[in-house]
Amino acid sequence: MDLFEYQARDMFEKHGVPVLGGIVATTPEEARAAAEKLGSAVVVVKAQVKTGGRGKAGGVKLARSPQEAADRAAEILGMDIKGHTVHRVMIAQGADIAEEYYFSVLLDRANRSYLAMASKEGGMEIEQLAVERPEALARVPVDPTVGIDAAKAAEIVATAGFDADVADQVADVLQKLWGVYQAEDATLVEVNPLVKTGDGRIVALDGKVSLDANADFRHADHAELEDKAAADPLEAKAKENDLNYVKLDGSVGVIGNGAGLVMSTLDVVALAGEKHGDVTPANFLDIGGGASAEVMAAGLDVILGDPQVKSVFVNVFGGITACDAVANGIVAALGILGDEATKPLVVRLDGNNVEEGRRILAEAAHPLVTLADTMDGGADKAAELANAS
Amino acid sequence: MAIFIDSSSRVVVQGMTGSEGTKHTTRMLASGTQIVGGVNPRKAGTSVSFDLPDGDSRGSSVDVPVFGSVAEAMAATGADVSVIFVPPAHTKGAVVEAIEAGIPLVVIITEGVPVADTAEFFTLAQAKGVRLIGPNCPGIISPGKSNVGIIPANITGPGRVGLVSKSGTLTYQMMYELRDHGFSTAIGIGGDPIIGTTHIDALEAFEADPETEVIVMIGEIGGDAEERAADYIKEHVTKPVVGYVAGFTAPEGKTMGHAGAIVSGSSGTAAAKKVALEAAGVKVGTTPSETAQLARELLG
Repeated sequence: MDLFEYQARDMFEKHGVPVLGGIVATTPEEARAAAEKLGSAVVVVKAQVKTGGRGKAGGVKLARSPQEAADRAAEILGMDIKGHTVHRVMIAQGADIAEEYYFSVLLDRANRSYLAMASKEGGMEIEQLAVERPEALARVPVDPTVGIDAAKAAEIVATAGFDADVADQVADVLQKLWGVYQAEDATLVEVNPLVKTGDGRIVALDGKVSLDANADFRHADHAELEDKAAADPLEAKAKENDLNYVKLDGSVGVIGNGAGLVMSTLDVVALAGEKHGDVTPANFLDIGGGASAEVMAAGLDVILGDPQVKSVFVNVFGGITACDAVANGIVAALGILGDEATKPLVVRLDGNNVEEGRRILAEAAHPLVTLADTMDGGADKAAELANAS
Repeated sequence: MAIFIDSSSRVVVQGMTGSEGTKHTTRMLASGTQIVGGVNPRKAGTSVSFDLPDGDSRGSSVDVPVFGSVAEAMAATGADVSVIFVPPAHTKGAVVEAIEAGIPLVVIITEGVPVADTAEFFTLAQAKGVRLIGPNCPGIISPGKSNVGIIPANITGPGRVGLVSKSGTLTYQMMYELRDHGFSTAIGIGGDPIIGTTHIDALEAFEADPETEVIVMIGEIGGDAEERAADYIKEHVTKPVVGYVAGFTAPEGKTMGHAGAIVSGSSGTAAAKKVALEAAGVKVGTTPSETAQLARELLG
């Protein structure tokens, strides 16, 4: 889960990272009140969107009075930045910036470790800096069993070539940012820019934090950071049922067991769709290795609730869960849904106890269900049905 | 031969007395795996009886002793593989215990392990020379020899194909597609951002395994593991490799089930991975059935 800047700011503050005052606002009135509360001569009104390039898009503006803050907020709220609608702004204290730096610590998948990156030249797009002047971006491996201690922070600061007058201060802030990374189970903590103010303080002026959802069990407070308003209503409904669902744009609903098999099913459906009016998958839905009647019913319910869906392809490989259990699940699911199930279902079962599974479906002879012998055949049939309706 | 496990593997189950552990221990035993012990400090000294299938040479059931620690189990039984079925909150502790006991291979089935925990225990395992498989993986099977994890043993038998995949059910699907040929070893390496055994590790082992003639490598979107595997194949693999990459239709920025399966910007796409693999001489199928057909042609 990626956090908004204001959430990252609050998290930084909680872990002792120096930040400036910042208050989130969803209306111009709230923006005015926030600016009054902050009380600084200049405030910055910053669009809160989970994408880069908001400055260029006009999503960051200065205001010299609470009224100006309200006016700027009115302009920014509702803006579209790279497909993200601005629902919130952060009113932040204005800063007197002397120098801009860059720092991040992140999961390094390639090396199965952590990596810290730092530069004296912050503020700009770091991808651009990495390409144009790679020597200006220090990359320092971080041992996951040690983290960024005083020695590692000193190494990062020295490698990036920070000036002596700020080196100790920056090193101290890096250790605190590591504190955020470790204590919150982050996979990314990025500050761009980390600044030196006119009066010589080191302050995190922006923040990007990604959290590891697998660690939610030890962070009860992370649930409230979720941006429920942004989630697709079908995705939200699936999440309530602990289903792994991603909404896509097409018309063939897809249900399968296991993430890899479902991804593969989407591809096979898209390929089959090329022969049937270019229909494409409507969703990704992984009901997990097991496939009980309840889970199947919940999955079908989500998919059939998508008005774009014209047909559904259920593709299950019975591994641990036998196909007869899956077949019973489908029959029971259709029973639970009753008249709400109105779209044709193509079912392909293979693996453990497949004959019995197919027999159960054939015997139930539900008018909406078509049996397929293979994954390719099932995808083709589902695409054909979606194209025909 | 086979890779990582064979008929001599002696397996201890961490979490054997839990519901998942019990269920899968029964299945592993039924497929011939030598399960020599379970680990549970609160039940040390007891044993658990598992029914065996009809006609099993070991009799109608077998009693598996429960030990207080992995080290005790190793000392008493000569165990050289541990398989872990404990919940995510306790996985790090279980893996660290196995690493510190010095068991050579640890297979971590558990899904949902925080990546910070994996990063830590992977670093420890590297230092100790312990091989990890997983987490969030279906395990590994050398059909007819040993089965460690949750891969169904009845899909197909021994053969000349070596299979490596991140995904569980897609592994089963590919085994099913090639059930007429069979497998030396099929290994599911898991879909998390950090995994103990990578495609490259499996490719290296299959290259060295005399029983493996054709390697099938299944990748999926996210990260650059497939690209790095392609570089490795170009330099080090002389056996024919057939590839498949799932997720051509995945949109940017959405995680497809596996924590690692996400397309970010222009990197991690299935198309880029296919191009990289083909440049390394790998024949890449666009569907599981087409991939199986490519492998079948190589097997003759």
